[in-house]
This record gives sequence, C-alpha cells and structure tokens, in this order.
Amino acid sequence: MSVGKFIERLLQLIPVLLGVSIIVFVMMLFTPGDPVAIMLGDQHVTEELENALRHDMGLDLPPHQRFFKFLSNALTLDFGLSYYHRQPVWDVIASRLPATIELSLAALVFALVVSIPLGVLAAVHKNSLLDRIATVTSLFGVSLPGFWFGILLIIFFAVNMHWLPVAGRAGFESEVAPITHLLLVDSLLRGRIDAFWDALRHLILPTITLGLPMASILTRVTRASMLDVLNRDYITFAEAKGLSKTKILIKHALKNALIPTVTVAAIETGSLLGGNMVVETVFGWPGLGRLVVESIFVRNYPLIQAAVLFYAVTYVMLNFFADILYTMLNPRVKL
Amino acid sequence: MTTVTHWTGDAGTAKSETLFQRNMKLFASNRLSIFFLFITLGFVFMAVAAPLIAPHDPSDADLFRRLLPPAWMEGGDWSFPLGCDALGRDILSRIIYGSRVSIFIGATVILVATTIGVLAGLAAGYLRGWVDIVISRLVDILLGFPYLIFAIALIAMTGPGLQNIVLALAYKEWVIPCRVVRGETLATSGVEYVEAARAMGASRSDIMLREILPNILSPVLVVSTVRMAHVIILEASLSFLGLGVQPPMASWGSMVADGRSFMLQEWWLSTFPGLAILLLVLSINVVSQGLRDAFDPRFHD
Repeated sequence: MSVGKFIERLLQLIPVLLGVSIIVFVMMLFTPGDPVAIMLGDQHVTEELENALRHDMGLDLPPHQRFFKFLSNALTLDFGLSYYHRQPVWDVIASRLPATIELSLAALVFALVVSIPLGVLAAVHKNSLLDRIATVTSLFGVSLPGFWFGILLIIFFAVNMHWLPVAGRAGFESEVAPITHLLLVDSLLRGRIDAFWDALRHLILPTITLGLPMASILTRVTRASMLDVLNRDYITFAEAKGLSKTKILIKHALKNALIPTVTVAAIETGSLLGGNMVVETVFGWPGLGRLVVESIFVRNYPLIQAAVLFYAVTYVMLNFFADILYTMLNPRVKL
Repeated sequence: MTTVTHWTGDAGTAKSETLFQRNMKLFASNRLSIFFLFITLGFVFMAVAAPLIAPHDPSDADLFRRLLPPAWMEGGDWSFPLGCDALGRDILSRIIYGSRVSIFIGATVILVATTIGVLAGLAAGYLRGWVDIVISRLVDILLGFPYLIFAIALIAMTGPGLQNIVLALAYKEWVIPCRVVRGETLATSGVEYVEAARAMGASRSDIMLREILPNILSPVLVVSTVRMAHVIILEASLSFLGLGVQPPMASWGSMVADGRSFMLQEWWLSTFPGLAILLLVLSINVVSQGLRDAFDPRFHD
C-alpha cells in the first residue's frame, strides 16, 4: 500500500471519531440528574457555591461550547473526577486496563491456537468425523451464552474438581511488584515461577469463556479458506510435481489460507472488548468491563462516558488496523 | 413481482417461480434445518401459550419449596419437574414465561431494525449522492461502538425495562441489515429489469420497493435470522448483568444470574434457564445456516 493511500485511510478516521464523540457527548447531555447534585451527594452548600461549581465544570456554557471543551479535555485524557473513587476518571480506568488487556490477549491467543489447526485439519479431511466435530463445536461456540458457559466451567473445574481457582486474577501470596502490569509477564520478569503459575491458573477459565466464540468463528473461516486454496491450480501443480503432502500444506496452502483468518481475527479482537463485561463479571476479573458494570449501579456517569468513548476509539482503531493488515496481506485488494 | 430467474444465469428453471421461492424450496429439503425450525417454532408457541401450558404461576413464591431439587433427584416433586428457586418459585414455569422476554425482544428488535435498515439501505444504494453519504457515515459511526457497551450506555441513561432494551438494541442493530441491503442494491440497480422499469417510467419508490426489494429478500432473511440469535444472547447478557427486564418478570438471563450464588449446591437454578437459551439460539443458528446454504448459488447443483 502506498503512503498516500495510508494517509487517506487515516484521514477517513477523523469523521468517524468525531461522530463517535458527538454521540457520547449527546448521551451525556441526556443523562438524567444534575452532575453538580450527584457530585455533592448529601453535602448541603449555598447556592453561590453550587453555581460556582457549575461554572467551574463548564455546565453553564451553551452545548456547542461544552462539546468543544469535552473534546479538548478528552484529547488530554481529562474526563473529570470519579466521585465514587475520589480519583480522576482516567486514573481509575488506567488502573483497570492491564487486567482487561491481559485477558483479551490471552483469549486472542487461545482462539488462534485452537482454530488454525482445527480449521486446517477439518479442511484437509473434509467430511471426516473430525470435520463434523469441528462444525458442530463451532456451532455450539457461537450459540453458548458466555455468562452461562463460564458458570458451568466454574462448577466443573473449580468447584467439583478443584483443579482451577473460582475467580479473581491472582492469589494474595503471588503478588509481584508491577513492571508491565500484565501478571504473566511481570512474574516471569521477576523470576517468580510460582506467581506465573498462579496467574496462569486464574486466567484459564475466563480465557476459554471469552475466546470460545472467536475460536468458533475463526475455525469456520480457516476451514473455508483452506478448502478454497486447496482447490487452486498451484496446489494441484505442486501435487503433480510429487511434493509431499505436508510440505504442500505448510509451504503453499497455509500461507495463503491464513490471510482471511488473520483479518477476521483482527476485526474480532474488537468484539472481545464487547464481551469482557460479561466474562469479567462472571469471574470477578478486576478489569475495565466489570468497572463499567459496577459504575452503572452507582450512577458513576463520568466514568461510564469516558469508558464508552475509550472502547469506541479502541474499536475504531482496531478495525482500521484490520483493514490495513488485510490490504498488506492481499496485494490484489485496493483501498 | 418481476421474475428474476435470468439473472442468476440458469434460465432452465420454471419461469413462474421467483428466485426467492426456489431458494425456499431448497431450504425445505434440508431435514436438519427443518427439524430445528420446528424447535424454534416450539419456543414461539411456548411464549404465546405460556399461561396455558405453564403448570404454575411464575411469580408464586413459597418458602416451603425453597431450593426444591428437580423431580428425579432425592426430595424432588413431580409437580415441580425442574425444581424451585430460592423463593420457591417453579423453575419450569419461569422458563416458559421467560421465553416470552427472549422471543419478544428478539423478534421486535429484528423487526424494527430490519425495517429501518432495509429502507435506509435501499435509499442509500439506489438514490446514492448525499443520501448515501449521510447514511453511510452514520453506519460507520455506529459501527465504531462495541455492541454491548453501546446498549449498556443507553440503558444507563434510560433505565432498564422491556421497552428501553428494545430501543437500546435497535439503535445499533439496523446498521447491519442496512449495510447488506445497500451493497445488494448497488449490485442490483444496474440490472436489466430495473433499467426496464425505469424506462417504463416507474417512480423511484416503486423501483426500490417493487423491483429491487423482492430480489434481495434472501440475504435479508439470512441476516435477520443470524442476528436474531445474536440479539437473544445480548438480551440475556443484559438481563444477567441486571440491566434487563426487572423482577419479578422472569427472563432467562436473570434466572441464570439469580442462580449463580447457589451454583455450588443447587446447580439446577442456573443450568436449566441457560440450557433454554442455548437450545433456542442454537436452533435459530442452524435454521440460519440452512437458509444461507439454500441461498448461496455455490451450493446449488
């Protein structure tokens, strides 16, 4: 892809991001309740003080000026204060972010590791028992409600078999001084194998629950594109040349068959974000998704708005990278 | 309605059938899909006839029956086949009534979203110009939000409740049929029969609704079924998080949530409503897959 096209695609992001912020801002305008009253809670203050506060927060400005203020603040990650946490909203979000990132990455890795071999084998042995099992499993994978499946996993693996922990991100005894805030990485960097093992055990069940729908979709995509590639002329040609089957699969077929898989994986990484609210709630995972759900019940609106904006911007960027990735892998596609 | 058998390229089929009718016949010959279609219809029947078939009042609490196990377990009672919840309410009756929420929300959201999406998609794809620009930008922006967080943010504003959930989900859902219909309309609007209708002086709305729409029904149907399965899971997720329909109304998602604190001993509280969600969503997905296979020309012999 040429630099010019890349910049053109980058510029197309601007109206989308602007539109997203307008929607979040309008949601904020229509949110019930007076922000000043919510902030003050039970404290009784004079009317002048209340008006001064309102002026300080820019609430007495006309809507379009408030929007520009909101936008310029958002660009500097200033989303106001979370009165519930008595901290700036962005600090609260940032403190929950590593847990969500770690879980989402683990789910992505799980989905890729399961779906690529399964999809390839299902395509190579089309209509075999394995192919049928893969088809039925991926049908179940997209039909299972994540919150329920997570509970079943907890009942079986944690409660009945005692193999894995019920909830949380790590036990107290395996606390390590943070470097990256990703527990798996930090525990390795600090040479704490026990903490690594503990973090890994906590991660397994939420990872499976979050990654299963994605693994199902990717299995279907890999199978379909592998079938497509295997019917191409150059594969027939390679077979005619007498190359070994494994060699053909790995050297010729797989490389091309994985293009759609990688692209769909990049797009679906965005939907992992949407799913983590449910999975984090089921597994008591201290991430951003659970924070948003908790914030709704305590009417912590500034935090909800900041989180929605954050999710949307991340989602838009992920889709953008998926697009770029697709174009780079597929020289035939022109933007 | 114009017959369109010519544009798929196989002119040998009966001229009196539309492509859509032919596809539906192909679908009907798939036994697996038909089986799951009947299961889906069974759930619809359950929802409609809930007061007639539910053995008990779903809100009838009795602490003497608290956490009563399913009938086949020790201490079970056959008049409460799937046992009772923490308030002694009959789980089977609550599942039967809960199907009303899932099916009502699934059907209403898809109906509203498909109507809006089809009209917007037709307008964007056929009229082009500024109409297309406005609609496509709006679609891009709404696609920028992860689905569940968007719905949650709307519900945080409006409060939970049946009507608000339908709105919160439909706000974004229409984008999906809209994109499909826009693409199909773009591909169809240059085709001969549309040109012919235009030459004969048909109005723009006539061309969109009478010429183009009947010929893009197949992809619309596939999308709306697969999306309905998705919407049902979303509604159940919202109810599970406590943002769905409010108690005492029974919904499958909130039943799973209520049973969560009892999962160590009284597993039946969460397991059965979850199974109901799985079965309904799975059935709709199989039907949708069958429709897709029937409609995809690559699968035609």
